[in-house]
Amino acid sequence: MKIKPSKSRVVFQIFNYFVMLLATFICVYPFWYIVIYTFSDSSKAGISSPVFLPRGFSVSNYIDIFKLKGFFPALGVSVLRTVLGTAAAVLVCSFLGYMFTKEEMPGRKIMYRFLVMTMYINGGLISTFIVMKSYGLLNTFWIYILPMLISAYNIVLIKTYMESLPASLEESAMLDGAGYVRVFTSIILPLSKPIIATVAVFVAVGHWNAWFDNHIYTRGESSLTTLQYLLYNYLNESQRLADQIKNASNLSSIESAMETISPKGVRMTITVLASLPIFMVYPFMQKYFVKGIMVGAVKG
Amino acid sequence: MEKKVIPGRRKKYNLLFMTLPFMILVLLFSYVPIFGWIYSVFDYIPGISVFDCDFVGLDYFRLIFKDTNVVRTLKNTFIFAVIGIVLTPLPMFFAILLNEIKCSPVRRVVQTFTTLPNFISWVIIFSLAFSLFATDGVVTTLIARITGSEVTSILSSGESVYWFQTALGIWKSLGWNSIIYLAAIAGIDQEQYEAARVDGAGYFQCAVHVTLPALMETYVVLFILQIGNFLNTGYEQYMLFKNALTASNIEVLDLYTYRIGLENMDYSYGVAISILKSIVSISLVVLANMVAKKIRGNTVI
Repeated sequence: MKIKPSKSRVVFQIFNYFVMLLATFICVYPFWYIVIYTFSDSSKAGISSPVFLPRGFSVSNYIDIFKLKGFFPALGVSVLRTVLGTAAAVLVCSFLGYMFTKEEMPGRKIMYRFLVMTMYINGGLISTFIVMKSYGLLNTFWIYILPMLISAYNIVLIKTYMESLPASLEESAMLDGAGYVRVFTSIILPLSKPIIATVAVFVAVGHWNAWFDNHIYTRGESSLTTLQYLLYNYLNESQRLADQIKNASNLSSIESAMETISPKGVRMTITVLASLPIFMVYPFMQKYFVKGIMVGAVKG
Repeated sequence: MEKKVIPGRRKKYNLLFMTLPFMILVLLFSYVPIFGWIYSVFDYIPGISVFDCDFVGLDYFRLIFKDTNVVRTLKNTFIFAVIGIVLTPLPMFFAILLNEIKCSPVRRVVQTFTTLPNFISWVIIFSLAFSLFATDGVVTTLIARITGSEVTSILSSGESVYWFQTALGIWKSLGWNSIIYLAAIAGIDQEQYEAARVDGAGYFQCAVHVTLPALMETYVVLFILQIGNFLNTGYEQYMLFKNALTASNIEVLDLYTYRIGLENMDYSYGVAISILKSIVSISLVVLANMVAKKIRGNTVI
């Protein structure tokens, strides 16, 4: 059953392609712009900003960044929290997911309810802050890992998936004398790879993108600055200076402001480098992202 | 964690012993902060045990109702919520339009790139916005060149805050939010379209009479959940885009709590606002969940 494309259909299709490609352009252009800016010759880009193609070509922005004090430590902290945080969270959440599939566990229902409640109620920012402070977690690396370790939502997702696995595999392993931990590591975990990958991707993105915990809990310890927070600091400084320049009445104060300004190039280059990992993993992870929203939708 | 396996009936207690340590973590990180609500009835001074501080009863809660800043920030939260709610059908329409693109490489490219911003942090988005829309940003200078007059940066415009921030939110989440609708469209029985076409429906009528009704259930559920969540705006976006000129319009209730508690160090008052917000928002979310479940109850997803 085919309909001959009518005139209005053709008009609609042209319009539709235009709208969709425009939406894509709007999503891509900001990233494209910072990339071409950072590869532009800074003396040329300073006079007139590039629009679609780099003005001149230079990698000096990137060289400056690698020389920038604090860049590599921040990158290290970001990578470390992402890797350790994700590994720990995935291990703990899948283990708990497995534990909650065990109906013979004493107190299972109560503990499960205890866990699920945390999705709906929390102490709020201030109270959580005071409590974390009283635990002595302020300005420690642990504050990045521990609060994100156990997520009720992820556990529910994993548990639901594990419940759909055939019980016969586990039973035969149990008959062969394997214990719970053994069954978990050698049977359940490998079989649950799809859901674990999905959860891992979301946790990793969360860790990589996090800056607010850095801002409220570890501001006082510069060795714990993450890449995102480094960028935040540069942006804050730029904005403050922009305000200062706007309010400055005489030329000399503008000049003094310009001298201390963090060069635009540095800011943009950090932006490129901080979004790079997302760009690199995204094409490979897209199916997991999509799967994530689907399981979430069915469950939620 | 026990590596050794103890066979027999004791096994099931092993399960409990392996789970309990993690439940203690849940207690420490999720429940103790709720007990921290007690700070709101004391005049809490950091460094002193809470029970040595003055008991003030509900004074801080009374203060909330007299605080004009609460009214202002609540008003901002409402405005953002209303604009957001009016625009909730956007991802659905985006999905319908995207589905009309029959060339699948194009469709894949559009979907990939419009979903991407969802995984970019707000700091990076702020940085991008700064590069484009600051006074010396490329978009601002372009507009200035076209109109030939001096253009002030939208980032420092107090009046444009509401729609500009909403636009940024849509930029970030439109593609992502449309995925669920695309999946729902893929699940529509093709026979329905064929039947509609036999009856003489064109593409547009198919979209209105077949696709839209099929997406309605998903839409209504998401709509209700969004209403239930409207007080939970989060801190990141508004905190980043806040500056001297946008402050009074951009400050939502969450951000105000942050300012009171962690910038002014007025812990007790901050906690009091949090509590009131939590109570209202939990009741809304629970109510929304109940309504959503009722609607979804007789559907199969």
